[in-house]
Amino acid sequence: MSATRRFVVPRFGHGSRVPGWDEAVSLDKPPAEIPDPALTPVPEQLRAEIEAAMARYPDRHSAAIPALHAAQRVHGYLSHEAIAQVACVMRVTPAYLTSVATFYDMFSTTPKPTHDVFVCTNITCSLRGADRFFEAMRRAADGEDIAVRSFECLGACDIAPMASVDGTYVGPLSDEDAEQIVADIKAGRSVLEHKQLRYRRCADPGVGQEPTGLKEQPK
Amino acid sequence: MKILFDRIDEPGLNTLAVYERRGGYQGLRKALALAPEQVLEEISKSGLRGRGGAGFPTGRKASFLPKGNMSKYLVCNADESEPGTFKDREIMQKNPHLLIEGIAIATWAAQINRAFIYIRGEYGLQADILEAAIAEAERAGYVGENVCGSGHSFSLVLHRGAGAYICGEETGLLDSLEGKRGNPRLKPPFPAIEGLYGGPTLINNVETLATLPYVIRVGGEQYAKLGVPNSSGTKVVSVSGDVRRPGNYEIELGIPSREIIYGLAGGPPEGREVKLWFPGGSSAPVLRREDLDLPYDFDTLAKAGSMLGSGAIIVVDDSHTVLEVMHKLVKFYAHESCGKCVPCREGTRWTLRMVERILSGLATPMDLEIMASVQDEIIGNCLCVLGDAMAMPVGSMIAKFRSELEAEIEAARASAEFEQLRSADEPPLALTAP
Repeated sequence: MSATRRFVVPRFGHGSRVPGWDEAVSLDKPPAEIPDPALTPVPEQLRAEIEAAMARYPDRHSAAIPALHAAQRVHGYLSHEAIAQVACVMRVTPAYLTSVATFYDMFSTTPKPTHDVFVCTNITCSLRGADRFFEAMRRAADGEDIAVRSFECLGACDIAPMASVDGTYVGPLSDEDAEQIVADIKAGRSVLEHKQLRYRRCADPGVGQEPTGLKEQPK
Repeated sequence: MKILFDRIDEPGLNTLAVYERRGGYQGLRKALALAPEQVLEEISKSGLRGRGGAGFPTGRKASFLPKGNMSKYLVCNADESEPGTFKDREIMQKNPHLLIEGIAIATWAAQINRAFIYIRGEYGLQADILEAAIAEAERAGYVGENVCGSGHSFSLVLHRGAGAYICGEETGLLDSLEGKRGNPRLKPPFPAIEGLYGGPTLINNVETLATLPYVIRVGGEQYAKLGVPNSSGTKVVSVSGDVRRPGNYEIELGIPSREIIYGLAGGPPEGREVKLWFPGGSSAPVLRREDLDLPYDFDTLAKAGSMLGSGAIIVVDDSHTVLEVMHKLVKFYAHESCGKCVPCREGTRWTLRMVERILSGLATPMDLEIMASVQDEIIGNCLCVLGDAMAMPVGSMIAKFRSELEAEIEAARASAEFEQLRSADEPPLALTAP
């Protein structure tokens, strides 16, 4: 961006620079305890996933992130109900899980659309026009069940500007691709197949050459 | 010389069948026939330095772990989130068994029985491929009980993150893996003594571990012949930004940086010149066009006031302003600051506000002095290096591009005053901080 465009400082409630500081909190209710299994029905599939996750680690708390991923898949976002269910299975307090959930970018504690388009707007993608593509993507997805978010470096700077569409990396993107992405999502098709990262060959020209001289057959 | 990228696009390389046909897991077999101390010796002789960013000698780090019968852990740092870095992605996606074999070798060398791979949550495809490869390796007896009949056993768990740059910092990763918010810890104690769940922990980057099979197969001395003194071996470099052929390139350490940026990646488009470049991810102090001939190795770049870091080269050409690069960088670090310590939490946010002051037309050249002094106060005073990761590039940009930044300040002031005159019915701009 150039300095000739007037830059507007982003502000939140009461002109504050900090979001959420003025969200209402009840100081009368006692803190929530570990949910009672008798009062917290948990879908069987979700319970099984969380218990499998807990079994993989020496300490069950390590399963917090995998469990929250599973709950977000089931509930669409990490609602109070979703967190209570995970807390019940893991035998921890909802506050503990909320503190974990609010730390990580991939978790949402507020309702969100079904589909996710994470547009990387970090330094390299930005150099290659990501900010413009982000605006184009927002316009194209306006009114659809698609959440378009600007995201930090997704580790695909070789296909900049790029986006992660429901977990699939696509790029390099031009403004016209925004419409195609929306169309593919709505049709349930594989998104922008010809621009997916998974099919991309290594850029290094030397990878196809003679092997390093080590024996091919196992001893 | 391709070691990690040797025929990496061969179809099916991610499957055990192809990997074994190519000689896979021979390194592990050879390591298991040696004593653990001998394996550590080979790694030390190789001169291999950490490929994740810090460049700490791998053999030395592994030797810090206490000997004896206790719960010890290996953590593979696959949280690759440093802007500009995408090398581990290609290794994990196309040659996952190389990483698994490296992990197996490391667990034997350091006598560890529980290993974890912490992979960033956004790498869904790579995580799925790794999971399938781990299952194959377990079925074949390369992971799990009594590996290759040697008596050594270790478990390998793949853990997916959920989107946080600070979880790439080793102690932030440990807290995150323990199921907490990813806040880094004070060092000392170092993870080798007190790490995951309080036990001795060896943490290594994907590329570092993926290099171990080759090091064991040819021997440490042979590996040390590659590269240059103190920077031995090959490195996968991720080149991106204003270059014609962005991508991952495996190079021998010590070649001129120009050969990587222009020779391999094609340099900036026709008619444009390099304005500045980051040699080691966005956390490295920036270098200028004059520095393009510097050899790409740890010591040369450190002496030049920057660092090799993760080996991610970001090239910015003259169609961009230093201010926009600075703005993007500072926004990123302010967002990713975990909030635990004051200099980073406040320093990143105030630096962002100062950059926004410049963009809003409210700044004067003195703001650059204040910004530079804030960066100095951040460096070395934070709990972890995220604060430094912002302060060092920003400080270097102010030092090396001061006249351009002052021109931007003046241009923004002029356009803001013009707007103020033009829209008379809007409230006047305050000339003090908002």
